[in-house]
Amino acid sequence: MTVPKRIGKIRFGLISPQEFRKMSVVKIITADTYDDDGFPIEMGLMDPRLGVIDPGLRCRSCGGRPGECPGHFGHIDLIASVIHVGFAKLIRKLLRAVCRDCSRLMLLDKEKQMYLEQIKTLDKLGQPTDDVVNKVFAEARKHKNCPYCGAPQMEIKFERPLSYVEEGHKLTPSDIRDRFEKVPNDDIQIMGMNPDTARPEWMILTVLPVPPVTMRPSITLESGQRSEDDLTHKLVDIIRINQRFQENREAGAPQLIIEDLWELLQYHVTTFLDNTVSGVPPARHRSGRPLKTLSQRLKGKEGRFRGSLSGKRVNFSARTVISPDPNLSINEVGVPMDIAMELSVPIIVNARNKEMVKTFVKRGPDRHPGVNYITRPDQRRVKVTDKNCEEVAEQIDTGWKVDRQLTDGDIVLFNRQPSLHRMSIMSHRVKVMPYKTFRLNPSVCPPYNADFDGDEMNLHVPQTEEARAEAEILMRVQENILSPRFGGPIIGGIHDYVTGSFLLTHGYKPIDRRGAMELLKKFDIAGLPQPAGVKDGQPYWTGKQIFSAVLPKGLNLNFKADFCYNCDVCKGEDCENDAYVVIEDGQLLKGTIDAEAIGAFKGKITDRVIKEYSPTVASSFLDKMTLLALRGIMYAGFSFGIDDEDIPKAAAEQIDEVTRTARENVQKLIEAYNAGELEPLPGRTLDETLEMRIMQTLGKARDGAGSIAGRYLGLDNSGVVMAVSGARGSMLNLTQMAACVGQQSVRGERIRRGYEGRTLPHFKTGDLGAEAHGFVESSYKDGLTPTEFFFHSIGGREGLVDTAIRTSQSGYLQRRLVNALQDLEVKYDGTVQETRGMIVQFKYGEDGVDVSRRDYASPDNVKRLIKKILEKESA
Amino acid sequence: MVTKSAVKDHELVPEHVLLSVEEGVAVLKTYGIEAPQLPKIHVSDPVAKEIGAKVGDIIKVVRRSPTAKQSIFYRLVID
Repeated sequence: MTVPKRIGKIRFGLISPQEFRKMSVVKIITADTYDDDGFPIEMGLMDPRLGVIDPGLRCRSCGGRPGECPGHFGHIDLIASVIHVGFAKLIRKLLRAVCRDCSRLMLLDKEKQMYLEQIKTLDKLGQPTDDVVNKVFAEARKHKNCPYCGAPQMEIKFERPLSYVEEGHKLTPSDIRDRFEKVPNDDIQIMGMNPDTARPEWMILTVLPVPPVTMRPSITLESGQRSEDDLTHKLVDIIRINQRFQENREAGAPQLIIEDLWELLQYHVTTFLDNTVSGVPPARHRSGRPLKTLSQRLKGKEGRFRGSLSGKRVNFSARTVISPDPNLSINEVGVPMDIAMELSVPIIVNARNKEMVKTFVKRGPDRHPGVNYITRPDQRRVKVTDKNCEEVAEQIDTGWKVDRQLTDGDIVLFNRQPSLHRMSIMSHRVKVMPYKTFRLNPSVCPPYNADFDGDEMNLHVPQTEEARAEAEILMRVQENILSPRFGGPIIGGIHDYVTGSFLLTHGYKPIDRRGAMELLKKFDIAGLPQPAGVKDGQPYWTGKQIFSAVLPKGLNLNFKADFCYNCDVCKGEDCENDAYVVIEDGQLLKGTIDAEAIGAFKGKITDRVIKEYSPTVASSFLDKMTLLALRGIMYAGFSFGIDDEDIPKAAAEQIDEVTRTARENVQKLIEAYNAGELEPLPGRTLDETLEMRIMQTLGKARDGAGSIAGRYLGLDNSGVVMAVSGARGSMLNLTQMAACVGQQSVRGERIRRGYEGRTLPHFKTGDLGAEAHGFVESSYKDGLTPTEFFFHSIGGREGLVDTAIRTSQSGYLQRRLVNALQDLEVKYDGTVQETRGMIVQFKYGEDGVDVSRRDYASPDNVKRLIKKILEKESA
Repeated sequence: MVTKSAVKDHELVPEHVLLSVEEGVAVLKTYGIEAPQLPKIHVSDPVAKEIGAKVGDIIKVVRRSPTAKQSIFYRLVID
């Protein structure tokens, strides 16, 4: 076994030319790669000493086979030195700080001493020295003459991307290198560098390391043609120019040509390092595609760090679009046949399952559920094909591993990004289905925060017994119904489920035998309950009785429904609005089932069932409830259209009246303000007071219009049913559609921006009236006037910008928090410890309570407990 | 007149109790840990100074908690 190694410290620095040469195994001089026979050319870019990529060959440097040999660096001797782009800015700072003649840092000895001490203390404390170092550069630049040799310092202009101009004279990289070579070690330290690991002249390249072939492998195309890596292409360019440069120089070419070539060499080395330097045209492939060079490999989302090291891709996973299927259980997931035939679960063959496994193998890979691969005990993998499946099936014996295709009942992990909480990954049971989307019960949308407007989700197949056990015990959907965030159910009815159960259970509408059968036909129920009564000689049932069929036996529960009007005095069980729910022994006696009872995030019934019975009972309750709710909404019939926003003429007139008086009141306020009669509110200026009063008046107007509309829209209106039951939307949304949209605002104020003194050219300068500052009197149904529409767009845009900013900010906050807390662990004794065993909390959360396992501390619980115990005593 | 008030008398400062060596050992034993695994408090901490803690001592902090009424923390006095 290899001994684990511990990293003591990491030191960053520059590599010196000597070091480049030392680590190089070969000097590269020719730009060619392979000869006509396909063998790598010695001292070429594919020299066999640089490592091996072709299978069957061995590395000439270390003797390793492909995969074993890590590759070895070579080097190119550059004819003329060039600047390393990464250090262009630093070189500029250095040039300005050191004397052009004697190369000493232009500070007085006393200053040097002081700064050096500061840097040393900061280093000892392990704190960044950037501030001091920047100060050093700034101070050094102030000197007009060198304090040592007296030479006058000249202004150095930095011309993007890579040239330094001193008094109209361009500095060549060699000039710069010469200056840097003379900088004394002590001065380098003051400039924040360590002269042992980073001499400034090393920022100018004289030797270029050639990366090993293992990091720039060439690919052989189907046509037999070789296609080289981008880096190799770039290296070829560098060597060609380098050669031409040398030839020209030896031939004594004119200075102009030499300078051109030097520039070209600089360009190629620059783009080899970074192909996105501003001011430098990116080097392109023949096809016009920019080359992916060194810096591009590391940078960004798909770079080495974020793409390859922090994030990886996994096998046994699938991703596709999701769509709803209310007929699935909440802990199932519909998997398309195509995916099920690709993913597999390993089975180890033993004496007991041998025959069963054989039947799978015999089916081959094309008949689901078949087998894709088989691993023999000697680890040889055999692909099962249509042709060899019979033969392979006969060979199967104990100890073989068979990759069986995914079938109904297999446990898989299902995930939707962003995975913000633990309910973002839950385990489901597979249900193989036709078509190409993952199917899931709409009730599990809230924990994933999924909808079906094109969302995609991922699926992972656990491959070991341990993984499957964990998935089954900890991650099943039913184990996650209660959220650890607030201890309530996060899974429950949404939209139509809520509407459906509301329509079914509200009031005591008679349902005849046929209707009752229709509603209950999906359930495994022996018979109908006792009819609630007889009408026209026919027995009838109520929706409450029908709903009771899905409630577990023995459930007792009382609570206020979501659409409770919050009367001053609650009449409790005698509620006239049917808003007080009474469940006794699993029978819904009174009240209406709405979002408060079964909705996601609320779900009083779900919550009680999970705590009193078990997650499994709760999951089957949710399954049955969703089916019944859909039957309920279909039985009642439900639609929402433009005419649902119609209000009677009388109401429209009343609303007009309300908005007119509001406008007049605003006008009066403005007049009072102009006349100087307005009394300022305490702590406000007169202007602020006016604004507040106007906002108040207009707010009241909208509410007034809304309540008028609300009076005419009753429970026979489908919009009201949705709003009141908590299924979707609110009464505010409805009044905006039917009566009046109301004041548009930016940052909580009326809209003021635009021209000087007015918002749009349609208004008089200084107009403070309602419509000039974004009051939308129309309803969405009536349609907005052009100016109203404009103000509405302003308000709407602010909302969009806010959401965009909020998501990015809270995402980053979450990331930092998770990174800081991810290794904390609650130990068996209740303490919270981090990985070193340091105690963070002596009792988890100070009270040692798991939020999702506790019940709300209310006197109700005491009553229930007493009742339960008394029942047991009497039994 | 300048009245010097003790930090520990402030209502927002939780009660700090200096543990004896035996009590400290008992605490470490109940949690099965070594002293360095405890949360730390500086000797220079105003409350630590007031109760006369020395480096290596263990201080018991009794905090008020809205959910658990009181929650007890132990801290190791360090330099």
